[in-house]
Amino acid sequence: MNEKTKFHPKELIINNAIYFILLALIIIIGVISPNFFSLDVFRDIFMQSSVRIVMALGCMFIIISGSADLSGGRMLGLAALVAGSLAQQASYTAKFWPQLPEMPVVVPVLASMLVGVAFGAFNGWAVSKLRVPAFLATLGSQMILFGVSSLYFNKAPNNSQPLGSFTEGFSSFGSGSVLEVPYLIIVAAVCLVAVWLLLTKTCMGKDIFAVGGNPEAARVSGISLFKMQMITFTLAGLLYGLSGSMEAARTGSATSAYGNAYELDAIASCIVGGCSITGGVGTVGGVFAGVIIFNVISYGLTFIGISPYWQNVVKGLIIIGAVALDVRKYARKD
Amino acid sequence: MESSDIVLEMREISKSFPGVKALDRVSLKVRKGTVHALMGENGAGKSTLMKCAFGLYHPDEGEILVEGKPVQLKSISDAMANGIAMIHQELHPIRTQNVMENLWVGRTPYQKRLAVKWVDQKKMYSDTKALFDRLGIRLDPRQSVGELAAAHCQLIEIVRAVSYDAKVIIMDEPTSSLSDSEVELLFKIIKTLTDQGVAIIYISHKIEEILQISDEVTIMRDGELVGNWPSSELTQDLIVSRMVGRQMTDRFPAREHKPGEEYLVVEHLTSASAHSFKDISFTLRKGEILGLGGLVGAQRTELMESIFGLRPVASGKVSINGEEVKIRRPQDAIKKGVALLTEERRATGIIPMLSVEENLVLANQTSHRRMYTGGQLFLNEKKRRDDTGRFIESLSIKTPTMKTQIQYLSGGNQQKVLLGRWMLTDPDILILDEPTRGIDVGAKYEIYTLMTKMAAEGKCVIMISSEMPELMGMSDRIMVMCEGRLSGLLDGKTATDEQIMLLASTYHSNLEGGAAV
Repeated sequence: MNEKTKFHPKELIINNAIYFILLALIIIIGVISPNFFSLDVFRDIFMQSSVRIVMALGCMFIIISGSADLSGGRMLGLAALVAGSLAQQASYTAKFWPQLPEMPVVVPVLASMLVGVAFGAFNGWAVSKLRVPAFLATLGSQMILFGVSSLYFNKAPNNSQPLGSFTEGFSSFGSGSVLEVPYLIIVAAVCLVAVWLLLTKTCMGKDIFAVGGNPEAARVSGISLFKMQMITFTLAGLLYGLSGSMEAARTGSATSAYGNAYELDAIASCIVGGCSITGGVGTVGGVFAGVIIFNVISYGLTFIGISPYWQNVVKGLIIIGAVALDVRKYARKD
Repeated sequence: MESSDIVLEMREISKSFPGVKALDRVSLKVRKGTVHALMGENGAGKSTLMKCAFGLYHPDEGEILVEGKPVQLKSISDAMANGIAMIHQELHPIRTQNVMENLWVGRTPYQKRLAVKWVDQKKMYSDTKALFDRLGIRLDPRQSVGELAAAHCQLIEIVRAVSYDAKVIIMDEPTSSLSDSEVELLFKIIKTLTDQGVAIIYISHKIEEILQISDEVTIMRDGELVGNWPSSELTQDLIVSRMVGRQMTDRFPAREHKPGEEYLVVEHLTSASAHSFKDISFTLRKGEILGLGGLVGAQRTELMESIFGLRPVASGKVSINGEEVKIRRPQDAIKKGVALLTEERRATGIIPMLSVEENLVLANQTSHRRMYTGGQLFLNEKKRRDDTGRFIESLSIKTPTMKTQIQYLSGGNQQKVLLGRWMLTDPDILILDEPTRGIDVGAKYEIYTLMTKMAAEGKCVIMISSEMPELMGMSDRIMVMCEGRLSGLLDGKTATDEQIMLLASTYHSNLEGGAAV
């Protein structure tokens, strides 16, 4: 019992499978096409990943707390629309809000976060107070969100025209950089660090793991399940909202179709990154690697000229493989 | 006895897991038509040995013989085919189906018509009925399992084993969730089975039970065989000393505490649930250990969980230290200095995939937030580690490291971590719900010592227990409940088994307050 744990190469690989898979993928793609190893390529991959990272971090709160959230993608969509509608140039003739003046970049960004917080809190309330199972509550709010997005998008005089002509500030939020590092990557990095600190260094983080690991035990120990559900869903909403304005700024546009099925990618990234679907387990590093792995697949396979249709096959195999490994990792060892 | 009597023999079985040798050349001989008890502290290797016999584990060395013939048990179906069955500690019946469907699950009797296998309800019923009659079980095969008590679910498991023509039935802690009358029923069934030539391997921590029911006892310690004796040659003290490998003069620590002034006063407390407890009044003094006895279903757990704020109360008053308190949630209780170690360690105690440390500080990181943050945003990791280390040492918790996931610890050690969780909140009132259920003798004694130590420090302790010796050995006063009512209050020093049993099984409204102290 008290023997020092010996070095087990097999366990090391199983416990860090995600990092090895990622490394292997990069090496394989790089061997086939050595041009892959360039700063530009990696910056592109990180840039594409930035929105997904923020979104997956939000999803991570939910999964660690033992819940499920299907509304993330549509929340990103609505947040992108709201951000886009508040970020248009004053001179643009087909403005969404013709009478609004040009606004500094923080306004659309904050507005998108507010949208996320509002709907996230609604999800939390439906799950904790109305006791609707999270899977169904968020399925419902996914539909509500899509409906609200479509109504907003179709509002006269916009009539479902893609939003564009963003202010210089908002555009540079999406494509500008400081010291060669794009702003979006900086935002994603800040979110990564903040969520890591919150989950591992604060009481709130510990409580989220406890609730996900065994809600009844957490309740007996004086943790309010209502409070924790409100917090996790609201925090998730906040991050979904932020990713909405990031997506609008990155693409320079916004429509009501934005964010469709993004939540599934986010869930897949979390699971591949080692979060347990039953709750109580997950690391920020793993989720980060989970997002990167999917973007390396889609970018890298295109880079070496493989049909994009193959990407989904590979992604699907990786999800199943990752969960199969995970089951072995957490299987009781007695 | 003839060697042909031996139905199952395990020879020199060894089994290792990474970092630990779970079994070291252990042998076991089980005779036909006997009850063979297997004893040892948690972690002694009993379960591992039985899992080898049941095909769940494959021994690294050694051989297994069934009726003298060597067999290879590669899976549960191999074991069943060789007539070995196992009744698990935790039962998982299919609650939405009825008794007979549960019994025949996976091999439902059928009639083939038009190439379709139609369920043969009649045959299923008559086969079930025949088995029940053979074992003297009175249970309707068509009753829904969801309505059955734990004891009856267990009976179904036993009947299932019999239906496979099992020659050896392994029972792992079969009485841990049964009331006394249910235990009696189980023993009757076991007697019927042994009379019919079936051998029972019986794992239990309850020594009285073992002496009462078994013919032979095999004792294990730390993965090794200590020895094998006929039960008639054993006494409680002999068993205990052989299990722990040292002399144990007393099963309960000496009482040095003296009850002081009244601290907790409960008046006319009634549950919000109609079928739960009604009109309960009692007091608890500082430095007192109050035992709470009764049968399963007496609503003892419900009462304590209501005082702790886990269940709603309809009416009544709770006062702590002369001040009326309103406890609606566990958070309120913890703030008022109340701690509750719940009955179901797995369901409401441990968070399996989190570490010993995370589990130990859990109740404190939330309700006494400032303890680990000092009002700052981030946790004081060092203080968490120090507190954990202190409790691992003072409670002698056996764990490789404090980062080990709690699910890999033995039951007794998990329980000690949970006790540590609550002691860390520095409670004035410590409520323990079946604190020693399913844990070994050594850990039990340590938990008893802790209780007397808490009492000596002037804290109040309430212990719910279904074990008579424990109630009588530990309590200053014993409160007995029956069907949601307080049926009596006894002095811990003079109470007898019979008195407690009588109060636990009879509630008459004219017996107001029962037999007073």
